[in-house]
Amino acid sequence: MSSDALIEINNLNFSYGARPILKGINMSMHRGKVIAIMGGSGSGKTTLLRLISGAVKPSAGYVKFDNQVIHELKRDELFKLRRKMGMQFQFGALFTDLSVFDNVAFQIREHTDLPEPMIRDLVLMKLHAVGLRGAHELMPGELSGGMARRVALARSIALDPALIMYDEPFTGLDPISLSVIGSLIRRLTNALGMTSIIVTHDVQESLKIVDYVYFVADGVIAAEGTPQEVRESVKPFVHQFVHGKEDGPVHFHYPANAYQTDLNLEGKLV
Amino acid sequence: MFKRLTSSIQSIGHGFIEYTWQFGFACRFFILILLKSAVSLRRFGLVMRELYFVGVMSLIIILVSGLFVGMVLGLQGYETLQKFGSETAVGTLVALSLVRELGPVVAALLFASRAGSAITAEIGLMKATEQLAAMGMMAVDPIARIVAPRFWAGVISMPFLAAMFSVMGVFGGYLVTVVYIGVDAGSFWSQMQSNVDFHYDIVNGFIKSCFFGVAVATIAVFQGYDAAPTAEGVSRATTRTVVTSALVILGLDFILTAFMFRGVS
Repeated sequence: MSSDALIEINNLNFSYGARPILKGINMSMHRGKVIAIMGGSGSGKTTLLRLISGAVKPSAGYVKFDNQVIHELKRDELFKLRRKMGMQFQFGALFTDLSVFDNVAFQIREHTDLPEPMIRDLVLMKLHAVGLRGAHELMPGELSGGMARRVALARSIALDPALIMYDEPFTGLDPISLSVIGSLIRRLTNALGMTSIIVTHDVQESLKIVDYVYFVADGVIAAEGTPQEVRESVKPFVHQFVHGKEDGPVHFHYPANAYQTDLNLEGKLV
Repeated sequence: MFKRLTSSIQSIGHGFIEYTWQFGFACRFFILILLKSAVSLRRFGLVMRELYFVGVMSLIIILVSGLFVGMVLGLQGYETLQKFGSETAVGTLVALSLVRELGPVVAALLFASRAGSAITAEIGLMKATEQLAAMGMMAVDPIARIVAPRFWAGVISMPFLAAMFSVMGVFGGYLVTVVYIGVDAGSFWSQMQSNVDFHYDIVNGFIKSCFFGVAVATIAVFQGYDAAPTAEGVSRATTRTVVTSALVILGLDFILTAFMFRGVS
């Protein structure tokens, strides 16, 4: 594992009660890169983000962020570390009682003593970066889904974090918004030199913008590689996922008794 | 039969354990709020903003209800007292009923329905839409930033609302008995003045409303924070706020009354 990695994940295990979710995950995420974590629903992708942010603790192994083991930090230290992280939730999670401007200014006001004119300039710059400077007076309820995600993105980069995590950033967007969000993630990552982790199902859109892909299935890394390697992969799981095949290593049918047994047709002539 | 009996005993036991856990969580949550109130008290603007939504926006329902309760007390009091020829004592009856009991209790019940349910729904929806999680990810403690200001707004506004309720009630009683029925205004006010004691009646009523404020505000913020992050969860939490608050207010009222007014002479 190289030392310039912003995030190192080593033999990470996590379980909810007796149910294992992640089993021996190893990852390395470098500065200035966009990394996608893909996998079916319930495969543990969002749990992985929660472990990186310190919202939950692993049952074994560790996540290191900027050479600090996350789960060993005290609450105050963790909160201090989180100022270097941004997180974008699936539907933006904007504060509905605050305007677009105040949403983006929220973190700056909470964590700095900057004078209000400077906060105004910073907020307008962040909103300009996502193309919504003109919408700064609107309330979240007045925004479309795509605009809300862009505002959330502006809010995430308010304090120029070293890492941004995106939980399903493309879900429920029209093709134009989807493409805008995708290119914004790439552009902002390059411009700010930060690391972006995208948890997504959207294979085609994410392969256009990411540098590296991890596939998580059944709590382990089933495959990994660059977008080119992933597209050309002949591994059955990757092939099924990337090309959206109905059946393969991930079965169409949920495990069940034999069909004839459930229909009480065993031993009968059909 | 035996199986049904054991299962109902089990469900009673389960419910009891569940409520005990909930009570424990609520007490721990209450202490957490107190510990994390420094931010709210330092940045009092946060509390002021909530005071407007919780206190000022509840004024209409409190004032109108107080007026009608006072008018009814005046009517009923006059009806009974005139049989004994002491209708001039109606002012005392209206004032004592309001200041000691009805003011704090009814205002708290209305406050729980109007503001308590709104606080629960707001915090519950913030949880359901991941706003609280987003705040935590921004290294901002949601208990300090969201819960504590609402709690203090509830605690501060409750005694004032109860006082306004009592004032409007007395005015309602005056309207009905003096203006409408024709009881002597001088007797109405002077009897009230001589029989209502500031410390014994008004201060005790004020203390009661403070207790109710703490109880309702704690229940409202706890239920919101503890709500399941779904539409059904928020709806259940809102209902629980109103029901639990009503029961706690009435139970607490009995306990406080027993302590405060034991030595009635």
